Amino acid sequence: MSGIILPGADGALYQRDRAWHPPADTPGYKSSTFRAPRQSLLALGPTRSELSGPTFGHEALGALDNDLIRNFSQDGTEAIGQRLLVYGQVLDENARPVPRTLVEFWQANAGGRYRHKKEGYLAALDPNFGGFGRTLTDENGFYCFRTIKPGAYPWPNGGNDWRPAHIHFSVFGHAFAQRLITQMYFEGDPMIWQCPIVRTVPDKAGIDQLIARLDRHNTTPMDALAYRFDIVLRGRRSTMFENKLEGN
Amino acid sequence: MLHPVPTLKETPSQTAGPYVHIGMTPNFCGITGVIDADPGVSMLTPTTKGQRIDIVGRVFDGSGAPVTDAVIELWQADANGSFVTPPGRDSKSPPDFLGWGRQPTDADGAFTFQTIKPGPVAGPDGRPQAPHVSLWIVARGINMGLQTRLYFSDEAEANADDYVLNKIMDRRRRPTLIAQKQDGDLPRYVLDIHLQGPDETVFFDF
Repeated sequence: MSGIILPGADGALYQRDRAWHPPADTPGYKSSTFRAPRQSLLALGPTRSELSGPTFGHEALGALDNDLIRNFSQDGTEAIGQRLLVYGQVLDENARPVPRTLVEFWQANAGGRYRHKKEGYLAALDPNFGGFGRTLTDENGFYCFRTIKPGAYPWPNGGNDWRPAHIHFSVFGHAFAQRLITQMYFEGDPMIWQCPIVRTVPDKAGIDQLIARLDRHNTTPMDALAYRFDIVLRGRRSTMFENKLEGN
Repeated sequence: MLHPVPTLKETPSQTAGPYVHIGMTPNFCGITGVIDADPGVSMLTPTTKGQRIDIVGRVFDGSGAPVTDAVIELWQADANGSFVTPPGRDSKSPPDFLGWGRQPTDADGAFTFQTIKPGPVAGPDGRPQAPHVSLWIVARGINMGLQTRLYFSDEAEANADDYVLNKIMDRRRRPTLIAQKQDGDLPRYVLDIHLQGPDETVFFDF
């Protein structure tokens, strides 16, 4: 066993505000019916096992990992669709940047179709679009990737439900208890507010946090529009000290 | 002791959806040529120290159907009970054992982690916790990743004294976290995860 336990090293994350997140059982999103635990979660302060977490280095990443326009190109042809630069800052609840953390993303193609054997939507596959990528945040917590705008698509939930255009995100942070998966939507999309999955988020202000903003300033001239999507992970409850073993 | 008040709200969780394998285990679902290997698919290196074990199981929903579109992540200490020291920013030498694994569930809802048995990690009371691995489960229909743990059946004494297991007031539910050892060439620990129903796994809010 390494090190010693310092006061405050355990239970050192803010407790999750479960009322801000979707509840487990959301009847409007029917897939949750048989997959929502019926027992209450057992609330415990995180131990050393949850306050630590995996770290990833640049050596794990390929040059095109954050370029969905080109990373599945079969013959040098770029993916079809509206070209986008998606970027943002990963912060914690104390508004501190989260540097060097892995961010993964996946999405449908411009027609709203995923590259997956269970996908049944009739929109065409794009032979040059795989639909996933990943990157590390920089020293200031910023991530960035190039992609095409995903299409909206119908899905079997209600009689005629449609998902708004969205990109799935997976973020690690530095503690296993910070692990988060979410979805990003696009500013101004009227489809957002009718979506049963969006509406699993109880608070309108919470939904607003999932909507990326068009950023004219970072648009690449004659090439790509830019959208900014900041992501907030759980924060440390205690003051940061360099010598604290697991607390930071 | 006073603590700072959070200034931002955590980004709300959303389901990983039916195509989480595209983003998290792309090679498994046929999207090859982008990255060499799916992240976390192999946890062991030739120099990893410790008793090699397999952790296997299946995931079931409340109707008893296997959950075939899940991803499970595993986080654990090394054989000494230590968590890996973060490598330098541009480290060229990954650690012998990162302690993190990721597996998809297959068409039977089954998963396998090839890993090592973890050593004991200190608990909040300063005493060792029983050896365990942390699990995190995402899938279509799961609105927020589920946190749970897996313990080992051949650690009965340590399990009986474990800080976390003892917080489960309904003792009948403690076995939902204890993987049963099957002896073989390689020790195999078997644990099924039930999202719902009479055998529902204990999930945590850590």
